[in-house]
Amino acid sequence: MRKVGILLLGLGFAAVTLAAMAGRAAAQGPAPSDDEVNAVAKQLYCPVCENIPLDVCPTQACAQWRETIRLKLADGWSEQQIKDYFVEQYGARVLATPPAEGLNWLVYVLPPVAFLAGAFLLFRALRSWRHAAAAAPSAPAAPTSSDDPYVRRLEDELRRGG
Amino acid sequence: MLANVGFFTIVVTFGVALYGAGAAAFGTLRRRPALIDSARNAMLLTWPLLSVASGCLIGLLVSGAYDVAYVASTTSNAMPAYLKVTAWWGGQAGSLLFWSWLMAAFTTAASARNWERDREFLPWVIVVTMITLAFFLSLVVFFENPFARLWMTADGQQLKALFQPAGAIPLFPADGNGLNPLLRHPGMVIHPPMLYLGFVSFVIPFAFAMAALVTRRTDDRWIRITRRWTLVAWLFLSLGLILGGRWAYDVLGWGGYWGWDPVEIAAFMPWLTGTAFLHSVVIQEKRGILKHWNMVLIILTYSLVIFGTFLTRSGVLSSVHSFAQSAIGPMFFAFIGLTFVTSLSVLISRWPELKGESQLDSMFSREALFTLNNLLFMGILVVCFWGVIFPLISEIFTGQKVTVGPAFYERATGPLWAGLLLLMGVAPLSVYGRTSWNNLGRAAWKPMAVSLVVPIVVVLLGVRNVAAVLGYWLVGLVVAVVAYEFWRGALARRKLHGENLLLALGRLAGRNRRRYGGYIIHLGVVVMALGIIGIEIYQTETQGTLARGEQMTLGRYVMTYDALSVFDTADGKNVARAVVTVYKDGRQVGELYPRRDYYYASQQPMTIPGVRSTLEDDLYVILVDWQPIGTQGATFKVYHNPLVNFVWGGGLIFILGTLVAAWPERDPESARQRVSARAGVARA
Repeated sequence: MRKVGILLLGLGFAAVTLAAMAGRAAAQGPAPSDDEVNAVAKQLYCPVCENIPLDVCPTQACAQWRETIRLKLADGWSEQQIKDYFVEQYGARVLATPPAEGLNWLVYVLPPVAFLAGAFLLFRALRSWRHAAAAAPSAPAAPTSSDDPYVRRLEDELRRGG
Repeated sequence: MLANVGFFTIVVTFGVALYGAGAAAFGTLRRRPALIDSARNAMLLTWPLLSVASGCLIGLLVSGAYDVAYVASTTSNAMPAYLKVTAWWGGQAGSLLFWSWLMAAFTTAASARNWERDREFLPWVIVVTMITLAFFLSLVVFFENPFARLWMTADGQQLKALFQPAGAIPLFPADGNGLNPLLRHPGMVIHPPMLYLGFVSFVIPFAFAMAALVTRRTDDRWIRITRRWTLVAWLFLSLGLILGGRWAYDVLGWGGYWGWDPVEIAAFMPWLTGTAFLHSVVIQEKRGILKHWNMVLIILTYSLVIFGTFLTRSGVLSSVHSFAQSAIGPMFFAFIGLTFVTSLSVLISRWPELKGESQLDSMFSREALFTLNNLLFMGILVVCFWGVIFPLISEIFTGQKVTVGPAFYERATGPLWAGLLLLMGVAPLSVYGRTSWNNLGRAAWKPMAVSLVVPIVVVLLGVRNVAAVLGYWLVGLVVAVVAYEFWRGALARRKLHGENLLLALGRLAGRNRRRYGGYIIHLGVVVMALGIIGIEIYQTETQGTLARGEQMTLGRYVMTYDALSVFDTADGKNVARAVVTVYKDGRQVGELYPRRDYYYASQQPMTIPGVRSTLEDDLYVILVDWQPIGTQGATFKVYHNPLVNFVWGGGLIFILGTLVAAWPERDPESARQRVSARAGVARA
């Protein structure tokens, strides 16, 4: 009776193991293609080969990283999970752009703010110059200060030609 | 012997440059013309002296004097003589000497002009150029001596020093390490000299700007004197950038030409401010406004030139370009800070004297549109500068280094480039002074209407990407406007001179080189834009491992892997070379030979793509990996790059336009008019 119990337990364990293996095999599906690996690698940079995306870096270390991506994809990991894994292992520098958090917000916020500030200053300057021009007594119409008579005539001609 | 002569010549030149700067400043402050003449002679002496020093270095490089550390690290017996000469700028110390030699050449050329009319500028031009030269020479003298020899100490340590350290014995290696393989490409042989030429020639307009501020000659004289210098600087900088792009495409093996690498951006930033400057000085010349702004732009350009050299040479930001790292970073940093603060202080002290001579008459005038152009260039500059320095800021404040990659720059600058293309289409149709929206509309509607054909055609051809359709429309608009401008100019010329249209068209560019050269440059830019849209939006790629005889497909192309051979070459490298056959639409169109070279001496691999190039597209094949002999498998990465050759074609048009704009005017009619104009002024 005891032997039967051990046999049943063994059979049960084998069944569970087989089921788990089958489940994993189903999760794996076909082996990830190079293009699928590169689609993820393109968004990552290894800390050594700075400024060279992982999908095109020719070093051995980067080839190993690509293999890691292939294994993770085969295990059913999503693109985001793989990126998170590399960030956890090597820091945020592996990402192609800084994650929008903490001080990194500055990288995204400063250029548009600076541009808008520049645009505002330019608009104010142009407006003040225009007001000054309007206040000035009869400025000559569309003067061309070229010292070349041909250019002067050409510009006049062009203006008249509309 | 040659090494000693070379080094002492540099030390003497350093002294001469310092003397020149000091004598010029002292001479002008104490009103001693003899001292100023002496300073000018000192300036004239720097180039011959540095030519001697450079000749010594080239002699050592070509003769294989491997006891000199620089020669051992940048050349080898297997290198051909021409490459040994290019090793002059192939390493840190040599490139600093090369920079100094070019700087001395340009200051000599600047001093060769007739100074009678602008004598008050002379001392301050000498001060600025000689201080800049002395700074670069100080780096060579104190930190990066290209003539230092190799020594072995008693305890087996290898040292670099000009003279024998106590107890050390000289080292005479039989061979050198050779030039970095990446630098052996023809594009890379010419790329650094072009960039350096661009960099050093921007020092001249900056020197004149400072001279104008110090002497209070704040009219546009300094701009007129340096107009051609600026264009020449811009030409070389543009050439350097285009050649750098070609080098990246041919050698780096990642299927593109511009990777937004920090050092690429470092060379690009002075180009941005230089381009804004080229546009805004026209407004100062024509309307007498934007005087403050032009000063700011030239100060920024000079500072970015030094900053660019600093990034390239200090190794502060490691990237594919940073081949060398050294201790010169803090010196550079201090010099940039000092010159920037000093020049801004001089500018602020003269601020009230730079008031505009006229006002803005309309928001739709050419001058208003040119200021918008400057705003967009400055917007791109802010993105570039911020993207380059943010990783440093992050590291300083959080201890965490981050990567700011191409996606950031492309997203942030894309709309600004589109805005610039739109302005390129509109601004040439505007006029100076008083103009209204209606006037501009009347001038613009015809080319605008013609340009609308482009988006309609591309949509009918199946293009659905909104950015691509917008981009093609903007390209069409600029082409239509340039054609319209040439046409109207030729018509006006026919009316004025009775010439036939062909002759009028031909003479048009010759008669007003800056204006029509500018239009040709615009044409070059939009042809490049076509290529950029093609590769940025429509590039496709695939990668796969093939056994011999197997094939892979990418769009209309099929590639078959035929053979692979691995062999050593006489010049010290191991080559793995694949043979693939390419078919397009089922028809064989050629064989390609992608390969991977491995340089034994420097232990560096180099990927050389196989490229089938046509006007329509490039098929760009990289050998990624291969199996040991026997299994016969190899991994290839294949890119399809539509329209990429428009980038290079547009670059050629761009350079042609710049040459037209910068070419000295020799038209007899114009010369006659100028002579009579001057006579008129003299009579008045």
